Amino acid sequence: MMKTRKALFALIGAVLIVFAGKSFYGSRRLKEPVVAGPGVTMVRKLSESFQGIKGSVNDANIYVLEGKKPGGSVLLLGGSHPEEPAGRLATWVLTENAVVEQGRVFILNSANRSATTVTRLGGAYPPDFTIKTPWGGQKFRMGDRWSNPLDQWPDPEVYVHYPTRQELAYVDVRNLNRAWPGRPDGTLTERTCYALTKLIDAEKIDIVIDLHEAELQYPVISAIVAHQKGADLAAMASMMISGSEGFEIGVEYSPEALRGLSHREIGDHTAAISLLLEAPEPFLDATRGRTDRELLLTGRDPFVVRAGKRGLLFEKIDEKGWPIDVRVGRHTSAILKILEVWSDEKPDRGVVLTGVPRYNEVIEKGTGAFLRDPAKADKASLHFE
Amino acid sequence: MSALITIAYYAMTAFAAVLLIWNFIKGKRWQDEVLYLIVLIPFLLRVLRLK
Repeated sequence: MMKTRKALFALIGAVLIVFAGKSFYGSRRLKEPVVAGPGVTMVRKLSESFQGIKGSVNDANIYVLEGKKPGGSVLLLGGSHPEEPAGRLATWVLTENAVVEQGRVFILNSANRSATTVTRLGGAYPPDFTIKTPWGGQKFRMGDRWSNPLDQWPDPEVYVHYPTRQELAYVDVRNLNRAWPGRPDGTLTERTCYALTKLIDAEKIDIVIDLHEAELQYPVISAIVAHQKGADLAAMASMMISGSEGFEIGVEYSPEALRGLSHREIGDHTAAISLLLEAPEPFLDATRGRTDRELLLTGRDPFVVRAGKRGLLFEKIDEKGWPIDVRVGRHTSAILKILEVWSDEKPDRGVVLTGVPRYNEVIEKGTGAFLRDPAKADKASLHFE
Repeated sequence: MSALITIAYYAMTAFAAVLLIWNFIKGKRWQDEVLYLIVLIPFLLRVLRLK
C-alpha cells in the first residue's frame, strides 16, 4: 500500500517537473525574429567590442544603420530591463523601419539578453506576450529586471558597485542598469556594461538613449532622465515633445550620488551624452491585481486606478490604462524629437531618421503594424534575439 | 573564484535534492511525502538548469 502511494506521488511529482521544466525551457529558448529593415547596413555582435562576452548569452546583436551623409552616432538600448517591454518594442520598430539619412544609429533590442530569458521569481509573470500584427502576431519573451540566475549566480550579501564601491541592494548585482560602466573581469552583467562602454568609446557615440518603463508609484516617470552633459538637450526636447507630439514628458536630472545607472556612468566615463526615457507601466506597480498578459499590454488595472484616486501615484491613470501602443509611441516620438533637437544644434554631428512612426501613428495603427512578417523575409535579413 | 562558488552552490543543491529524495523514500506519513516532493521540485529544476 505504502509503495503504491509513494509510486503515485513520485509519478505526480515527475509530471509536475516535466511540465514546469518544459515551460521554463521553452520560454528561455523562444526565438524572437527580427527582420532587418531597409536602413540596416550591418548586423554585428557586442563581443566585437569586448571579447570577454563572446559566446555568452549576452553577446547581443547590434543593428547598425548608417546614412549616406556623415554625421553623429547614436546608441539606442532596448531591453536593459526586459520586463519593461515598450523599450524593446520601440527598438524593434526602429530596427525594422528606420532609414538613416545622416549619421549612424546603433540599436540593441536586448541589451541584457540574459534578463529576457527569465521572469520575476515568485512574481507569477506570464512567460511571454504576443503583439497582434496584420499577419497574425509576434511572440516576445516577457523577461525580468535582472540577469538570469542561471547565467550569473550566486548573489552577494551586498552588491558593491565598481568602481565607486557604493553599496547597493544584493540583487542589483544582476541589474544592467546598476552595473555601468562595467569591468572586464567582473560578473556577466558587469562585462556586458563594459562591452557597451567600449562600443561607445570605439564608435565615438554622441548620445546614448536607454529605454525603460516605470511603475506609477515611482517618482521618476514619464520623463527624460539626463546626465548634466545632456541637460539642455533633454530640456529642449521635453518642451518640444510636450508642445507638438501629443503627450507630456518631463526632465529629471541624473543624481550624482546614485551609482551604476546608465544616465550617470555613461556620461561620467565616456564622451557620450546619456539619456534615459521612462514610460508608465502599471504592470510593475506593487498594488496591481492579476499579473497577466492583458495587464502587460493594456496597462489597465482597477487596483492601480484606486491607488491613483488616493493620491499614491506620480502619474495619472484612469480606466483606459496605459496601453502598450501608447508607451511604445512615447519612446519613438521622444527618440525622434531628441535627435531633431540635437541635429538642429549640431548639424555636422546630426543624426536624421525617416520611416519611424511617431506617437499618434503608433496609437492609430498599433505597434504590430510596424513589425515585419518573418515568414516573408529573405534569409539574409532575418535575425533572432 | 565566482566559478568555484557557483560549482559549490550546484553541489549543495544536488545534495539537498538527494536528501529530500531519501526522506521521501523513508517517510511514513503521506503528508511528509507530499511536502518533500513539493520542496524537491525547485531543487531539481535548478540542478537541471531549467529555472
